[in-house]
Amino acid sequence: MKPAPFDYTRPRDWSAALAALAAGARPTAGGQSLGPMLNLRLAMPETIADLRHLPGFGVIDQQRDCVRIGAGTTHARIEDGAVPGQVGAILARIARNIAYRAVRNRGTLGGSLSHADPAADWVTVLPAFPGHAIALGPEGERRIPLGCFVTGVFAVALQETELLQAVELPMLPEGTRFGHWKFCRKPGEFSKASACVLALPGSAPRAVLAALDQRPLVIDDAAALLAAPEAEAARIVEGLRLADPWREALARVALRNAAQEAA
Amino acid sequence: MKLHLTVNGAATALEAEPRTHLADLLRDQLLLTGTHIGCEHGVCGACTVELDGAPARSCLMHAGSCDGATVRTIEGLVDDPVMALLCEAFSAEHALQCGYCTPGMLMTARDIVLRLPEADEDRVREELAGNLCRCTGYRGIVRALLAVLASRRRPGSGDPDSPLSGCLA
Repeated sequence: MKPAPFDYTRPRDWSAALAALAAGARPTAGGQSLGPMLNLRLAMPETIADLRHLPGFGVIDQQRDCVRIGAGTTHARIEDGAVPGQVGAILARIARNIAYRAVRNRGTLGGSLSHADPAADWVTVLPAFPGHAIALGPEGERRIPLGCFVTGVFAVALQETELLQAVELPMLPEGTRFGHWKFCRKPGEFSKASACVLALPGSAPRAVLAALDQRPLVIDDAAALLAAPEAEAARIVEGLRLADPWREALARVALRNAAQEAA
Repeated sequence: MKLHLTVNGAATALEAEPRTHLADLLRDQLLLTGTHIGCEHGVCGACTVELDGAPARSCLMHAGSCDGATVRTIEGLVDDPVMALLCEAFSAEHALQCGYCTPGMLMTARDIVLRLPEADEDRVREELAGNLCRCTGYRGIVRALLAVLASRRRPGSGDPDSPLSGCLA
């Protein structure tokens, strides 16, 4: 249960971080996913680049119609209400049920999203938002719509030379509805089925079904799901052809319950 | 690598491989064996310490990331009034059997008492979910926590902000 040897570097600015990345370093933020993988030797990087000390990494910046959340913002700060407005209230509710407080004190929004464990909470919730992941690479900033950021199991749209700098979410208009449901046998464990629905007034509601053995399913127009949660959730999940009937039933219930809450 | 830590108030300079985790540093180099090691992948909570003012898993913090951090272990809380209440309550409520999980339980319990003074039993159980007790002593642990929370809420027990206000029934 001890990691294989690795070198450690702590870049002080973003260009040094990108240089470390280009030299093959594995980036880490809170280390709450990479830490266990190192101890279990599921990951054996030669060098780890610790991003936690980068300028602005944990800064939350409210702008006129959006909030930019630094990738290094911890789950605990989000749980404690550091993000303003209704979007902050939604994120706080999600953050509170991520793992355990001792993990939330170190684990970060950007680290979790970039790691892209299919059962992770931000992987379930953020693709529902009409916002962007802000990637920084040698060519500068690139804005990636959150709905297509996670591309697979432990796979994201970042290029090998890019780091996730921040997540930008819109401030939500009055009348926005949100629903979320996940199943854990024990509080804090990775979920076995997760879904959420976000409905902004005047635009098509979006739904996400995650904790599958594949990339999260993003439904860009979930109006039919909100109109008939039970039947539509059954139809959508059937189309996934999940091998395990227990997981299939949980996925159906997750999607239905999230839709019923948001309807 | 060389690293600097402040451990239980004392500035400490150490030499360690970057891969060494904080729990091993504390136990093997500083002989602070009150921090226990269980699962070593962040699940059991036995190694919970206070890192830069908030509970964290010391098995997931490798030496490099710890450089410059302020750490408080169970040994550093001997004179802490909340910890004194918790220890008394753990004893009174038989909240430990083998004692292996106890340092981590106490670190988490102290965080619950300070951060969530209004927590009820459901919330206490939820917050304790990240600490495993293989003697299955949860009932006693929950009772002990609830007793301390109640004692600090009791009216007429002096300054409500003082951790020593009130006493255990």
